[in-house]
Amino acid sequence: MSDLPFLRCENLQKWYGGVHALKDVTLEFGRGAEVVGLLGDNGAGKSTLIKILSGAHRPDTGRILIDGTPARIRSPRDSMNLGIETIYQYTAMAPQMSIARNIFIGREPMRFNWLGPLGLLDRKMMNRVALQALRDVDLHLRSADTPVEELSGGERQGVAIARAMHFRSKMLILDEPTNHLSLKETTKVLDYVSALRAQGVSSIFISHNLHHIYPIADRMIVMARGAVVAELNRGDLTIEEVARLIV
Amino acid sequence: MNQPTPGGAVTSPGGQRRRALTKRLLLLPEISGIVLLVLVTVGFAIVAPAFLSMRSVVNILNIMPELGLVALGTTILIIAGEFDLSVGSVFALVPMVMLWLVNLGVPPAAAMALSLMVGMAIGAANGYITLHFAIPSFITTLGMLFIARSLAVILSNLAPPAFPPGMPVDFLVARIDRVQVSVIWLLVICAIAAVILHRTKIGNWIYATGGAQQAARDMGINTRAVKLSCFAACSLLAGFAGMIQTFRMQAPMASAGDGIELQAIAGAVIGGTALTGGVGSVLGALLGTILLRVIDTGMTMSRVDANWFQLAIGVLTVLSVVVNVVIRGRAARMRA
Repeated sequence: MSDLPFLRCENLQKWYGGVHALKDVTLEFGRGAEVVGLLGDNGAGKSTLIKILSGAHRPDTGRILIDGTPARIRSPRDSMNLGIETIYQYTAMAPQMSIARNIFIGREPMRFNWLGPLGLLDRKMMNRVALQALRDVDLHLRSADTPVEELSGGERQGVAIARAMHFRSKMLILDEPTNHLSLKETTKVLDYVSALRAQGVSSIFISHNLHHIYPIADRMIVMARGAVVAELNRGDLTIEEVARLIV
Repeated sequence: MNQPTPGGAVTSPGGQRRRALTKRLLLLPEISGIVLLVLVTVGFAIVAPAFLSMRSVVNILNIMPELGLVALGTTILIIAGEFDLSVGSVFALVPMVMLWLVNLGVPPAAAMALSLMVGMAIGAANGYITLHFAIPSFITTLGMLFIARSLAVILSNLAPPAFPPGMPVDFLVARIDRVQVSVIWLLVICAIAAVILHRTKIGNWIYATGGAQQAARDMGINTRAVKLSCFAACSLLAGFAGMIQTFRMQAPMASAGDGIELQAIAGAVIGGTALTGGVGSVLGALLGTILLRVIDTGMTMSRVDANWFQLAIGVLTVLSVVVNVVIRGRAARMRA
């Protein structure tokens, strides 16, 4: 096993107008499968960082290495092709579309592929694979034809995670995945994340709820005002001590 | 093994499946269009029995394609999350450009193709301006409504308004038995649109773009390209519809299609298209068009003063959405 991290970012900086949103951030993720908690108050630079890693924004300076080689992430598609899957808090799904269609948005299995965008969707395969992917995350639904809007918040996260697993992502970025979820559903999402780690998939778990992150994170990164203020291994500090770092 | 439920009803596997099916059916966005169409048709058939005669049905079919194609384009664009108010003006401008070109000596077939391209270019311009400057398509296409209408009037003053001989009118408006060929064009185009919208990759992208643009973008879809193609398709269909009308009347009219943009939106909405994007279907666009045409014809045959037509459209538009909300709300609460 190589000791290179899956992802390393070096000296990332980002300005939005006059705001210095990201100040010289150097971090490593995924040296072996791990769950990394990314913590910080609003405006700490968490979202700027993940937007850069997921290809939604580009850094002004700095570089990103995947498995030790410099990578170009200029669009969400680039990021996905490198094995990074991002699940955004509110926008992971098109609510009126079916589960199967949501799982395959942008990566539809096709028949008559040579027709380009006019190629036909392989709907049988979509449904079959979608149900299997859902079973893999322990979501047993009767049909993958159900519109996503009929699912609970936790089930939706389950679908998003099933999508990431199906496309064999190497790293999953979860943006506030437990917001607005009931206690039971939160537990479920945390279980998904641990199960991913068991299968060799690392994840970055963004939250401002320390109580959700603390129990499952192997490491925690605390950001404030655009910079990394602490990197902690599991057990370095108690939950109260970490909480004091954030505020 | 049937088990009585607290409500006293009996649940069996078959019953449950049937209820799930009923629920699915009631949740269809087209449901209120279907219900209203049945009610209106029965109503007219009672008041004016001749309404269901072959002749009147053919009559309704023959006047459907023009509004139908505009409503189809409008529906596709609304599903993608945008609007086009300029379709009525494009409806007039495209055939005007065609006749202007023919009068300049361009062969009819080439003139038809070129003028349809003009229609598409107008749609692309609507899309480009809307997306590049991030302004509401309502504004862009409102501007285009005036621009394209004005150009149509200017062209009609420039060219002799007479319909030149030798135009391939049979291509669009010949009659097979009593049915106009344009009906077949409508059905074929709808079939193609249905396959594209509901069965292809680009169709999936159109729904995703209109239903959750940010999610679509995050999943790597080029939502700008998707919307731009929908703008172009919408305008192209409007131009083609205008061409059909000009061939049918054998006279170019600068005022053609005036107000058809609002009828098309009404048709789309009656057919279950959500103005917020992401919801709608080809079947819905057709249903909406049929309903508007049925009311049109039915009122004439029942000898109702034609001035009531707009009132009927208005009531119907609002009613269809209300019925949809009520039915779907009930269905969503159904156990299945």
